[in-house]
Amino acid sequence: MKAAALLLVLVLSIAVAVTVGVADLSVTDVLRSVGAHLGMPVRPLPPLPDSIVWELRLPRVLLAGLVGAGLAVCGAVLQALTRNPLADPFLLGISSGASTGAVAVLVLGIQIGTGPVDLTTGAFAGSVAAFAAVLLLAGQRATEPTRIVLAGVAVSQLFSAVTSLIVISDAHSQDTRSITFWLLGSLTAASWTTVTLCALVTGAGLLVCWAAATALDAFAFGTDAARSLGFSPGRTRLLLFGVTALVAATLVAASGAIGFVGLTVPHAVRFVVGARHRALLPACAVVGAIFLIWADTAARTAFAPQELPVGVLTALLGVPVFALVMRRRAGTP
Amino acid sequence: MTAARVHADRVGWRVGAVPILAEVALTAAPGTTVGLLGPNGSGKSSLLRLLAGLTRPDSGEVLLDDVVLGTLRPRALARRIAMVAQQAATDVDMSALEVVLLGRIPFRPRLAGVSAPDVELARNALAEAGLAGFERRRWSSLSGGERQRVDLARALVQEPDLLLLDEPTNHLDIKHQLELLHFLASSPTTVVVTLHDLDLAAQYCDRLVLLHSGRVVAAGSPAEVLTPDRIAQVYEVRADVDTTPDGRLRISYGRPGDEATAGRWEKAVS
Repeated sequence: MKAAALLLVLVLSIAVAVTVGVADLSVTDVLRSVGAHLGMPVRPLPPLPDSIVWELRLPRVLLAGLVGAGLAVCGAVLQALTRNPLADPFLLGISSGASTGAVAVLVLGIQIGTGPVDLTTGAFAGSVAAFAAVLLLAGQRATEPTRIVLAGVAVSQLFSAVTSLIVISDAHSQDTRSITFWLLGSLTAASWTTVTLCALVTGAGLLVCWAAATALDAFAFGTDAARSLGFSPGRTRLLLFGVTALVAATLVAASGAIGFVGLTVPHAVRFVVGARHRALLPACAVVGAIFLIWADTAARTAFAPQELPVGVLTALLGVPVFALVMRRRAGTP
Repeated sequence: MTAARVHADRVGWRVGAVPILAEVALTAAPGTTVGLLGPNGSGKSSLLRLLAGLTRPDSGEVLLDDVVLGTLRPRALARRIAMVAQQAATDVDMSALEVVLLGRIPFRPRLAGVSAPDVELARNALAEAGLAGFERRRWSSLSGGERQRVDLARALVQEPDLLLLDEPTNHLDIKHQLELLHFLASSPTTVVVTLHDLDLAAQYCDRLVLLHSGRVVAAGSPAEVLTPDRIAQVYEVRADVDTTPDGRLRISYGRPGDEATAGRWEKAVS
């Protein structure tokens, strides 16, 4: 019942968010455009509004939903695995690795074969490199949460330093501007290609996490408790660290490091649906999606035609929510 | 609940180069309650972890009904052995009922949710632990003793053949200590429990195993194990052991400053 209501809100959010913007569109227009593209017997929109819906706004809204869903679920999983309420999807060096990769591509113009590497590929490579460095630094006992958290912090700092070094050494002013925008997170680069890629990776990743929901419950009391409830904690942790790193790397490559979604949404949702991950993870996915869809809609319209990086907005909204959750959590009877 | 026989066959375990347990042998017959005694750092908790299959011994084997623990899959182990560890976690964001329901995880398919019979079982276990009505209380709002009893309820819904408890009485008031030990002693399950209170151990355990520096100093009935000399040797305190008219052991300790006991105590220490 609650699940159906949430899903309805998500679908409505997508439909309504697409109508918001300079060009005046209605929900009916959106449905007509989508219907026509999916081959349904509806009267198509004229070419100009149709391309605004189908080429510009819909991919962007869908990407916002996917990124929100993916980050929120990754955050919830990592908070459970590390038993650390401050864990977020970028815990394992993902975001700083992505920035380093993206900046390296932008500023240094790294080339592979004939053409320049694009920003997304660079960011993804950077994330994977950072995650590999975290595993390497954590060493043989990489599955111990404290070790991997410490390694994540160290690697993040290292990659941030490298990013600054590259930017300072050799950046043109327009490069710096687009780097800043990207570092703060932005969904301007949305296209059907990124949507498809993110949908595939996020979808598969979320399924794996959901299948491990009971294992995540068992981690609440630590490694020994998980083991004595019939899990292999080492293997489970490594699998889920890997999956969340891959999902986060893909999403960060597409949209930059959008903060606070992965940290705040799981706490807020846990407050309502409880700590059992079977219900928590899907709820996080839907709420994360709705949250980021509206945050991005606000980001692109609030100061139109000037666009705000959505990461600025999620932080502005996320911090008070986080404070509220923390307060209520401390005060629960 | 059925009862398993657990046997530690001369197990040894070390951390790095430091030996924690050496040549430890222990047997708990089906349905009996075995008390593990020993001063701080004597290896009680480590032995319990070996018996639970949480760590593998470096030498020797632990056998559960004559099957080597290490050959059993984690899930098969979880259906037979339940462990109540000393509580460290305080910031768990779960209700008491959710914590108890963790104990049903080994029994349901990996992708299945909590079933109604599971919830029923968990409610009953909470009531049995004296916590009826605590279902929705947050873990973080419970006292140490309440947490200990919730965790016991979690172990009970695991319907174990072997129940291991690490100092389960350390946060309980005297009433709940007595209730818990009475429950363990009368439970059909095989129980191995570490205890600090020698009187309670003597009163409720069928057999006692006394550890000192990672070795078994004595094993047997309470009267065989708890002699004044052995208590002096292992715990470095002077103790008198009396038998009450109804056949129970009663242990009274001499204070370190006592004139009359000083000589004997110092002798024991040296």
